[in-house]
Amino acid sequence: MIRLENVTKRYPGGQEALSGLDLSVDKGEMVFVTGHSGAGKSTLLRLIALIERPSSGQVIVDQQNTRRVKRRKIPAYRRQIGMVFQDHKLLYDRRVFDNVALPLIIAGASRRDAGRRVRAALDQVGLLHKEKQNPETLSAGEQQRVGIARAIVTRPKLLIADEPTGNLDPDLSLEVMRIFRRFNEVGVTLLIASHDISLIDRLGCRRIALEDGRLQEEETDPWL
Amino acid sequence: MAVTRNADAVAPVRSSGPLSIWMTSHVSTAVGALGRLARQPFASLMIILVIAVTLALPASINLVVKNARTVSGSWDNALDFAVFLEQTVTVGEAETLGRLIGQRADVETVQFISADDALAEFKRQSGFGEALDQLPANPLPHTLVVRPGPGNTSASLVLLQEEIGNLPETDHVQIDTEWVQRFHAILDIVRQAIVIGAALLAIAIVVIIGNTIRLDIENRRNEIEVTKLIGATNAFVRRPFLWTGFWYGLFGGLMALALVYYGLYMLSGPVARLAGLYQSNVSVSSLDLVEAGAIVGIGVFLGLFGSWITAARHMRRIEPK
Repeated sequence: MIRLENVTKRYPGGQEALSGLDLSVDKGEMVFVTGHSGAGKSTLLRLIALIERPSSGQVIVDQQNTRRVKRRKIPAYRRQIGMVFQDHKLLYDRRVFDNVALPLIIAGASRRDAGRRVRAALDQVGLLHKEKQNPETLSAGEQQRVGIARAIVTRPKLLIADEPTGNLDPDLSLEVMRIFRRFNEVGVTLLIASHDISLIDRLGCRRIALEDGRLQEEETDPWL
Repeated sequence: MAVTRNADAVAPVRSSGPLSIWMTSHVSTAVGALGRLARQPFASLMIILVIAVTLALPASINLVVKNARTVSGSWDNALDFAVFLEQTVTVGEAETLGRLIGQRADVETVQFISADDALAEFKRQSGFGEALDQLPANPLPHTLVVRPGPGNTSASLVLLQEEIGNLPETDHVQIDTEWVQRFHAILDIVRQAIVIGAALLAIAIVVIIGNTIRLDIENRRNEIEVTKLIGATNAFVRRPFLWTGFWYGLFGGLMALALVYYGLYMLSGPVARLAGLYQSNVSVSSLDLVEAGAIVGIGVFLGLFGSWITAARHMRRIEPK
């Protein structure tokens, strides 16, 4: 699903966020990327989301080489990927329902179809009863679940999440991870950046550790 | 809560015909942009008012020129000229000559004013009645007032005047229309000035709308970034701003019409009084349908243009970080 070949990302100023990184995530996997802040987790996700392009090397997502995705095609490319952010990135000028419906509207879904899908997505994160509220009135955990509903409403094959539990307490974090787990069970590939090692250990998933832009170690949970 | 329960949600995003999607999307964006304007009624009204005044200004000056032309045009058509005959011409000869000229194809009517009538008229109007009685003889000649036919061009008018002027009985042809031509020349200059002024004001409207849209874009920067992040195209994020520009232009144009009509309404009373004083039935001519449509159309065009150039420039710059 995701393959990086010798990827280097150098920012203006010479600092290297990723150095010659090779990694591969198979279809249907749920993989965590760990590492200290500045280790290159976010950069990795940004390369996959085509917010940035690598300085050298190949990033291949679902058999598409991102190098060949032209600027004009980036929106269509991004629509294939669900994205969850640490700060939710919800729009507070509209209801929960409209936030979740946004990717469908962008994709040009019909109104009836969109309504059904939005409710299905909200149901999956347990927030169906809050569809008419403004996201501002929701708790941090609920807001993050709205963000997740928005990411999965178009049923993407790949979901990437950057510190999705960064602002949440352990209980809420676990709840969010369980939701991710359920998506994984129906075949969604997930790549989640997180530094919450204890939580990751409890889930027992594959872990990619980055340090200074390099692969540090890769370990599989012994109980899996 | 189970993911698998919503089996239909696994199907790919289903689209209902590209055209109907495009339509629905535009309608909802248009309504959304309108709602945004309505939520800040005062600020929106100020911008609409500025656009309206800027559009109404050249439109109303143009209307004044148009009316002045109509009025002076009616003078233009009545290019009567006076033919003063030689003192030696008798009343009978003068009347015959008048009939002869009246039969010409390029002449509509000829009015004969005898020297005695002219003197009587002069006495009555000048108030020199007593003094004029002291004159040994009537110094005034017989006069023919010639009204050329409507088919005349300015060249054929000159020819007609020359021919009559060359008749042996004619002493002098008095043409009193040069000032009308000067007036027309002035109107032409005003008209040109309106075109130049209107072009400058159009630029002003584009700048006003562009600047408003730019502020709007800055305020909604976060929204644009998020929307782009989840796969919106430039066209998609640009759309609401184009609609905002459209609404500004449309309402600005409609309000400009209202201002012009209100001005006409305010002027109709005084104009009627003035016309009454001149015993004329001059009435102010209003905007015709094409002109009214043009004002609204120009408003809409400038609104769209202003928002387009601004949105196009800024949308490309705002990328998610």
